[in-house]
Amino acid sequence: MSKVRVLAGTRKGAFILESDGKRQDWNVSGPFFAGWEVYHMKGSPADPNRIFASQTSGWFGQIIQRSSDGGKTWETPGGGPEKSPQGWPMGESNKFVYDESKETGAPLTTHQWYDGTQKPWVFKRVWHLEPSLSDPDTVYAGIEDAAIFRSTDGATSWQEMSGLRGHGTGPQWQPGAGGMCLHTIILDRKDPGRIYIAISAAGAFRTDDSGKSWKPINRGLRSQFMPKEDVEVGHCVHHVAMHPDRPDVLFMQKHWDVMRSDDAGEHWREVSGNLPTDFGFVIDVHAHEPETIYVVPIKSDGEHYPPEGKLRVYRSRSGGNEWEALTNGLPQANCYVNVLRDAMAVDSLDDCGIYFGTTGGQVYCSPDGGDSWSPIVRDLPAVLSVEVQTLP
Amino acid sequence: MLVMIRVVIPPHLRTLAHVDGEVKLEVEGRVTQRSVLDALEARYPMLCGTVRDHVTQARRPFLRFFACQEDLSHESPDTPLPEAVANGTEPFLIVGAIAGG
Repeated sequence: MSKVRVLAGTRKGAFILESDGKRQDWNVSGPFFAGWEVYHMKGSPADPNRIFASQTSGWFGQIIQRSSDGGKTWETPGGGPEKSPQGWPMGESNKFVYDESKETGAPLTTHQWYDGTQKPWVFKRVWHLEPSLSDPDTVYAGIEDAAIFRSTDGATSWQEMSGLRGHGTGPQWQPGAGGMCLHTIILDRKDPGRIYIAISAAGAFRTDDSGKSWKPINRGLRSQFMPKEDVEVGHCVHHVAMHPDRPDVLFMQKHWDVMRSDDAGEHWREVSGNLPTDFGFVIDVHAHEPETIYVVPIKSDGEHYPPEGKLRVYRSRSGGNEWEALTNGLPQANCYVNVLRDAMAVDSLDDCGIYFGTTGGQVYCSPDGGDSWSPIVRDLPAVLSVEVQTLP
Repeated sequence: MLVMIRVVIPPHLRTLAHVDGEVKLEVEGRVTQRSVLDALEARYPMLCGTVRDHVTQARRPFLRFFACQEDLSHESPDTPLPEAVANGTEPFLIVGAIAGG
């Protein structure tokens, strides 16, 4: 029987939640990396026992952790004393250095600060880890201040894919409330050269040549916080989702507005429709129904909680515009949690499971595509990210 | 000359380095912040970047360096540490700043 393994990153450590295909009884392990913020964990599609985790701290900086046994044990790649008692390797796994070289790095420009002045790029943390679809030793990292890095040696060493930051619009990028983060990385199973990324607040970008060159893909987005609402770059994209079988169709939860593109991001149109508010962070796509999408509306950018104190997931079976509230099992009074941008995931069992985590420490599961929900756990630290692995 | 230095690191870094209590490090030559941290990172590579920046070598802003009841955080990294640290009588303390409650 199939199993699922849910990876939850929280403000104070990581947790692994496991169940069989029924998704009723759960085994919870953790906290791993107790006391540290775990922004994201994700398993390799090529080797489900290989999991990467971003462990970070305002005091001690960035740590990358790696498991090769499904999360039972962890190591800092290239950084453990057990590696070489005589000639210790240097701790390269935590080292993210922007490419400033003349040969491959574009000039390290400045970016826009909140007040419109220019600031230099400074590494803060890894927001998102995206393992390669085919190679368990290759993994991409989305970082703050926004850039994309790649490791091809199991996260032991990292190199910036500097074509993104160097393509020319960097001085127009600016931080959102959470910082200037590259939070979304989407790989295309059909075209290994294509990668989508998204940055708050710069927008969405695409490469078709494995990261050598990038282009902004924000036509159709409008943002009222900018002097010119429909500029090419500067939009606060919160998350982007894609069904793996339809790599040209993208769904976006922007700061405000839920958007859709049918041409790989070349053009976007709004599909917020009848949502009670179109502000939010998460968006995801059903594993077997490419036109079924999910969002969690949040009241506003100033009030980061559900409208009316009711936690509702909204589902559209038509790829947007017509939405239905999913409430069965979710609190419908006095609920003022948030659901952060990387905190929703779907499994690929026959009856698709939907998962999301809240800043109140709950991780909810719906084993029936959103019709009914129940909490796997209720009292974790604030949940920053949720991923799920479907295991044989 | 090789000397044995005692270093106390914050609990989170002890967990990361898989050590309990004080760390004892062999330091060659002059005992300074730089030579002690070089020895610490060589012995425990997973601590690279957690105490000082990978590239600039600047102390991370929420960490402090104490020894012999003195705050040495703003001393030059190449200033010799107190004799009591250099001869192993007193530990070199790496302390997380109290911030955030």
